[in-house]
Amino acid sequence: MSITLDRICKRHGSATVLSDVSLDIARGEFLALVGPSGSGKTTLLRLIAGLERDYDGTIRIGGTDVGPIPARERRIGFVFQNYALFRHMTAADNIAFGLRVRPRATRPAAADIARRVAELLALVQLDGLGTRYPHQLSGGQRQRVALARALAIDPQVLLLDEPLGALDPPIRVELRAMLRDLHLRLGLTTLLVTHDLGEAAELSDRIAVLRAGRIEQIGTIATLDATPASAFVFGFLGDSISLPAPDGKRALIRPDEVGLTPGDGPAVIIAVHLGIRQTRYTVQHGPHRFDVVLRGAPHPGLAAGAHCTVDLSAARIVSA
Amino acid sequence: MADLRLTGALDVAGAAAHWTEVMAAARRGGLVLDLGAIEGFDTAGAALVLAAERACKSGFELKGLGERETAVLARVRGLDVPPPPAPPPAAQSWRQVIGASASACVQGVAYLGEVVVAVGRLPARQRMFRWMDLLRTADQAGVQAIPLVLLMGLLVGVILAFQSMVPMRRFGADIYVANLVSIGLARELGPLLTAVILAGRSGSAFAAEIGTMKVNQELDALATMGIDAVTMLVLPRLIAGVLVTPVLAVIMEMAGSLGMTLVLVANGIPWTVVANQVVATVVPADFFGGLFKAALFGAAVSAIGCRAGIGTGQGPRAVGLSATAAVVGGIVATIALDGVMAVVFFRLGL
Repeated sequence: MSITLDRICKRHGSATVLSDVSLDIARGEFLALVGPSGSGKTTLLRLIAGLERDYDGTIRIGGTDVGPIPARERRIGFVFQNYALFRHMTAADNIAFGLRVRPRATRPAAADIARRVAELLALVQLDGLGTRYPHQLSGGQRQRVALARALAIDPQVLLLDEPLGALDPPIRVELRAMLRDLHLRLGLTTLLVTHDLGEAAELSDRIAVLRAGRIEQIGTIATLDATPASAFVFGFLGDSISLPAPDGKRALIRPDEVGLTPGDGPAVIIAVHLGIRQTRYTVQHGPHRFDVVLRGAPHPGLAAGAHCTVDLSAARIVSA
Repeated sequence: MADLRLTGALDVAGAAAHWTEVMAAARRGGLVLDLGAIEGFDTAGAALVLAAERACKSGFELKGLGERETAVLARVRGLDVPPPPAPPPAAQSWRQVIGASASACVQGVAYLGEVVVAVGRLPARQRMFRWMDLLRTADQAGVQAIPLVLLMGLLVGVILAFQSMVPMRRFGADIYVANLVSIGLARELGPLLTAVILAGRSGSAFAAEIGTMKVNQELDALATMGIDAVTMLVLPRLIAGVLVTPVLAVIMEMAGSLGMTLVLVANGIPWTVVANQVVATVVPADFFGGLFKAALFGAAVSAIGCRAGIGTGQGPRAVGLSATAAVVGGIVATIALDGVMAVVFFRLGL
């Protein structure tokens, strides 16, 4: 189902959480919402799910205004950062619960529910673990159960609230691949809230960057990278060096696109920081001090105190 | 149009000394700040210049900037300092307190309505109602409370009998201690003390259980899965509370009567006489009236405990606060209801 947000405003007491957010998510699209903490991305997700009320504007799911529809009746799959599994139920019962409690008219037969649960467990690669309780599962496995539970009710849209935020990096990579695979197979309209831009870039068709309750820019990762709408978007997409430009604006440069040539030059290396297959040099150039990232081990000619020339020939310079 | 020429070093001390003067001039608007004669300039000076620039609505101009000053100023400007965080909210005014209390009352009424609706719709939502939860709660709130209820009942019986014995004996009326204590237990103290135990043991547990689920977003998960949290979580606890409290009240009354009998027998009154007095005094209306009150208190304590859990806020202390609110609310509601029931029973002539 498509989701249409039209001029959504939401206030918490005197604080404005969302102001005038409009967004169109096409049927089957995977959209990522990124932004710093407190930018309103989770609130937006909870509004769509109906877990938060009292907003201005319209939310349409599949063309229907869902304003008067309570969360219980919206048929939305929601995955929470902290899994939110029911602790006193096994994994299989957690998944089946949403189906078992339906009124008789819409409830599948017990055998159908069991089959559906087995299918879902296989889909999230947890075959055979249905009888375990949540506390007997690892974080990654719990999140898989939560995902299966969200899918069990045959949702119209899938909302993921930092689903991988509480997991270790290797598990995160594994689950990322699974999420992408699931989206390809099921084609559900999906909204992902995340801090991790890499995750957003890998999984989503489009990315919406939120800042202080407004959408700063929306587009594919390539668009955001090539034509950032603001210094904020540029800075959010990666490290940046900000230097005053002659026209009074600021010039923004990626630290890994700057070159350093050892030898006599106006710039001085202040410090060298080791990284993984890369080295970060803190450089003083006239009144400006900034970091430059070069691939590989520290260059012997670029030790602290050495002079060098800064090479901007390969750098994209964005002015903001 | 003010023209201000600063002298001396514009460092922390110098900037502070010039601050009031410069800012006052800046707020009047149209300020030309001449830094040609200064002997030092650091980030404090830059902060002064930038603050003046912000405060000055129009016509701000800088003169006599050297290369060093320009560089420092550019660096500080580049920091893009975020505004200081908003100060913590001031203490609430009495209007706000009254407003908050009124909205809490409204929410309480709304919750009561929700519970009533959930009871009414129970036939259609049978499968959301978990019998296992009901039995588990009845076990925790009822069966496991029996030792405590027995102990409290026995001690209350002993204390009441002893206390009333002293003055009654002066009038030679010590045999009527049996009447006093047994009627007091059946009508008032049995139900009341049972409800207090329930509030302390189970009201807080309900709040903590449901509050933890709320903090873990399990209540949100229930909502997105199409499940009514009141039917699934509140009703089993409410029904268990209603069923279990009268039983506990009976146990407490029996234990209390036993305690009283022990005291009277120890003071030379034969137990057959005590039994006679009790049977002649306590009529079924007293006993069943007391049980009705116990059921009512049980409902109030359970409902308030669950309500505290559902209303749990954010943060690490929220569950603890809810548990406290459940106990306090449960006991206050019990005593208030007891007062109401006293008037009702009096009017009905019971």
